[in-house]
Amino acid sequence: MAISPAYARPQSTEAAFTCGACKGTFPRAQAAGNLYVCPGCDAHSRISAHERVRQLADRGSFEEWDGELAGRDRLGFVDTKPYVDRLQEARERQGLPDAILSGSASIEGRPVGLASFDFGFLGGSLSTAVGERLARAIERSADERRPFVCVTSSGGARMQEGVFSLMQMAKSVAALHRLAETHVPFISILADPTMGGSIASFAALGDVILAEPKAMIGFTGARVITQATYEQLPAGFQTSEFHHARGLIDQVVDRRQLRTVLGRLLAVLGAQTSEDARRLA
Amino acid sequence: MSPADPGGGRGDEAASAAAWAHVEVSRHPDRPYSLDLVQRCLDDFIELHGDRQGGDDAAVVIGLARLSGQPLAVVANQKGRTLEERGKRNFGMAHPEGYRKAQRLFTLAGRLQLPVVSFIDTPGAYPGVAAEERGQAWAIAQTLEAQLALPTPYLAVVIGEGGSGGALATLLADAVLVLEHAFLSVASPEAAAAILFRDAGRKQQAAAALRLEAANLLEWGIADEIVPEPPGGAHTDWDGTGRLLRPRLEARLKELTERGFDPARRRERYRRLDGLFSA
Repeated sequence: MAISPAYARPQSTEAAFTCGACKGTFPRAQAAGNLYVCPGCDAHSRISAHERVRQLADRGSFEEWDGELAGRDRLGFVDTKPYVDRLQEARERQGLPDAILSGSASIEGRPVGLASFDFGFLGGSLSTAVGERLARAIERSADERRPFVCVTSSGGARMQEGVFSLMQMAKSVAALHRLAETHVPFISILADPTMGGSIASFAALGDVILAEPKAMIGFTGARVITQATYEQLPAGFQTSEFHHARGLIDQVVDRRQLRTVLGRLLAVLGAQTSEDARRLA
Repeated sequence: MSPADPGGGRGDEAASAAAWAHVEVSRHPDRPYSLDLVQRCLDDFIELHGDRQGGDDAAVVIGLARLSGQPLAVVANQKGRTLEERGKRNFGMAHPEGYRKAQRLFTLAGRLQLPVVSFIDTPGAYPGVAAEERGQAWAIAQTLEAQLALPTPYLAVVIGEGGSGGALATLLADAVLVLEHAFLSVASPEAAAAILFRDAGRKQQAAAALRLEAANLLEWGIADEIVPEPPGGAHTDWDGTGRLLRPRLEARLKELTERGFDPARRRERYRRLDGLFSA
């Protein structure tokens, strides 16, 4: 299947942007200029993988990796509709072969391997193709001594790929070993939402873990917990701030500061990716 | 899939019934649990306790044992049989302390150069507030990492339910055995049905669509061997189950210890597992 890379694809052609949190309506240009953080209430809305890369990468620096890598329906899966139809619709709508975009880029002048999940593509779920593209991006970053930056926005496993989806957790962690061996840093950025198999594998294993404000992050979703245990959920349960307070996330970073924070991190960590790392190894 | 067999025929009643029967046997209340099989398949089991970080989750059991004279480290999910024990074992669903206890066992095994044998029988990681507050996802992720770094031979046996990330935390071995009526799944059939159909009651249909019978795991290369159960299933004959499983553990362990061992090969196995992509 031919997928036309749609880098810098706009999220929507509608003239107005409506905030999902406060329902305020703003001119799209104003919202886009504010990186789709609501100009009224500061809620960070979900953005596509292409928009994420556009926001983080230095202008013109992004070169896509594995842009044709697509999976298939291994189980012949049908729920309320065939999985092959769901895949096809998502590909056409999101302009991606599956729920992740990856490539090389520079951020504030520092070279990185960059991956970004696309929540609009079947909830950013972990298919075999997503796991493969992620693993390749990790390994290529290690081989090219580029710090690896991954922005996750994923509901977790993709049910329609059954146990193959589950095994992507193992695949991603196996790939991360290459970064450890080569002493190349992994900066994991958690965006809304990062749940289930995604946070219980690669996303929790960043050398540095950042999260956007009020992102939902956790292993089991709040609705399932309530149904299974009838427990009262504490205020702010499973938000970025909740996990930060418990020592699980290094910093909660406003999207408008993310590039700057990454630039500073990369400036400090950069030494570990070049001559110094080889000398210390 | 042939046109006459849309979706692998997984939506039809017979497939649903067959898949569901498999799940019910794997969850049978009389099925032997991990310690029942440890007792029948390993010698001199000595239980150890605690994650050395302040917790001792009874849903995960760790210890030392021997098999054919070879000292081993053992990690197992443990369900309870009586009402009281079910509470204590939390139905085999671990909190973060359980996964950290497993990590401690992997560390110990590496330090003492002991092969590891794991027994998997869990509906999944515990879905509760306290588990989330203490970093359930982080604990599982770190356990995956610990398994792929373990510098000694590692054998896993799925003996009942293998639910989701909680099962994966002790599954990433060099050889994976699965009892005939056990299963491994991305989510429980109930949870999958809730997600796919917004109706947990369609669990039978979800079980069929997920194709979670043990035999498929062998076909897909996720399992290395299906270990037969006594006629009627493991719940009818614990001793018989032990007699069938023990020689397979001995043989696999011998093979792993003798062929020379390299954790890089284990990582490669899980890196390439789905076989869909050539690097």
